[in-house]
Amino acid sequence: MSKTDAVVIGFFIFVLAVFLGIELISKVPSILHTPLMSATNFIHGIVVVGAITIAATARGQLGAIIATAAVFLGTLNVVGGWVVTDRILGMFHRRPQPKPPAEKG
Amino acid sequence: MLPNWATLSYLVAIVLFIIGIKQLTSPATARRGNRIAGLGMLVAIGVTLGLLHAGWLYIIPAAAAGAVVGAVASKRVAMTAMPQMVALFNGMGAGAAALVALGDWHRITAGGQSVGTIDSVTILLSCLIGSISFSGSIIAFAKLQELMRGSPITWPLQHSLNALLLGALIGIGAAIVVTGAWGVLLIVFVAGALLLGIASVLPVGGADMPVIISLLNSLTGLAAAVTGFVISNYALVVAGALVGASGSILTLLMSRAMNRSLANVLFGAFGKVTPGAAAAALRPDQTVHPTNVEDVAVLLCYAQQVIFVPGYGMAVARAQHEVKELADLLEKRGVRVLYAIHPVAGRMPGHMNVLLAEADVPYPQLLEMDQVNPEFARTDVAVVIGANDVVNPAARNEPSSPIYGMPILRVDEAKTVVVLKRSMNPGFAGIENHLFYDDNTLMLFGDAKDSVARVIAEVKQQANA
Repeated sequence: MSKTDAVVIGFFIFVLAVFLGIELISKVPSILHTPLMSATNFIHGIVVVGAITIAATARGQLGAIIATAAVFLGTLNVVGGWVVTDRILGMFHRRPQPKPPAEKG
Repeated sequence: MLPNWATLSYLVAIVLFIIGIKQLTSPATARRGNRIAGLGMLVAIGVTLGLLHAGWLYIIPAAAAGAVVGAVASKRVAMTAMPQMVALFNGMGAGAAALVALGDWHRITAGGQSVGTIDSVTILLSCLIGSISFSGSIIAFAKLQELMRGSPITWPLQHSLNALLLGALIGIGAAIVVTGAWGVLLIVFVAGALLLGIASVLPVGGADMPVIISLLNSLTGLAAAVTGFVISNYALVVAGALVGASGSILTLLMSRAMNRSLANVLFGAFGKVTPGAAAAALRPDQTVHPTNVEDVAVLLCYAQQVIFVPGYGMAVARAQHEVKELADLLEKRGVRVLYAIHPVAGRMPGHMNVLLAEADVPYPQLLEMDQVNPEFARTDVAVVIGANDVVNPAARNEPSSPIYGMPILRVDEAKTVVVLKRSMNPGFAGIENHLFYDDNTLMLFGDAKDSVARVIAEVKQQANA
């Protein structure tokens, strides 16, 4: 398979994924807008996969610097984005949380 | 080409992303959704590491450092600083996408090969989108963190110059693809793209941040997808497309909530309204009615229904915990308490929901605009905490107003409106708000956190009396 074929198939998949994304997300209630944005923010951290791939084949000093920076930024995006989302979602409750006894009275 | 087991494992990762995002659409399952998506990411990274035969030396320390910095930063950040944190992480992802494209270019050229046409196009596109989103996100971060002025920064011929810059970048890109001469041209290309990101976000005002953050998120998704083309990895293509689509939907929702087109947000430099034009509408005999905490406490205590209307001012004052405490006290007295959330209140989509959730307000109490608007007419007191444009009746009845047509919270229909506000300075959009001059509006001046705390003390006294 040539590179052109790969790009054409990739484009095919891309367009389908855009429609899937629109279907998935169009019904999100506004209360979840921040976590949704933060979660998708974490998901685009998938570029770290690209960064690792690049690092494996990097040549020379410049190649190493670029790859190291890419892996650093990508991991930062993934880990930071995920933790923030988890933290936000941990705060959403249907009912008030039981307060620690010290605060009662 | 990837081995088949790896391609199929990436498919598993993508399916986990999709299931995760699906679950993010309901508050009850959202946290699990994020965890499922996280599992997908672990699978994707695990597969990639499994394919690795070299490069450990760079990857391990860089990944460890990135993970530590990301985890510590996101654990420590205050909920009020969430918008800038999201902007920053977004910029990091975009920067990584551009770097991967640059890295791929370097791999090809350092090996003494020439870059094919398809590779050239995908590499340049990834550099372009990634760099714009990177520098744009950094500027958005700087504005939100108040490292720089949040109001629009404009200069003459701004939009023509930006359009010219984009045209020049496309020209340079085409020249690179056609001639195959990279070197200096590539450096100019990346520098130009970074400049374009900066120049595009500088004129965007603080109140428009929910739109611009969504847009930057969408751009980074697109950058990730294009990077997938660069390295022929469909996991990146699909994940990037999903993020791009979701970011675009949020961007459109946010623009619609302000009754403005995306072009207007990007190019309108909203908040740069000439002061004379907006202020002229005010009649000279109109005055505000200042009030004090005692009166507010009495009003609240003897109300049947109270609606809190939070805005960016509540975030700035970090008053959400006090607001919740006041709400609890009132509920104990039998007052029905609701919260009215405007879609663009704050600096990112859903900003107010997050802050109130942090203060442990149960989410069924947080009402969206359409749900809550019919409630105002039967509400005794609407308490506006640091919100301005989203409650400005001019959006309904003044065709000359810049925000005319924007859907707003109809607080003016409540029997009494109490506005907590620092001073009479107009809001971010710089538009005079007639609500503040209404006869049934009382102004409680001061820091929102402090004001609410003093109202709480008064309400407690009422209870004891």
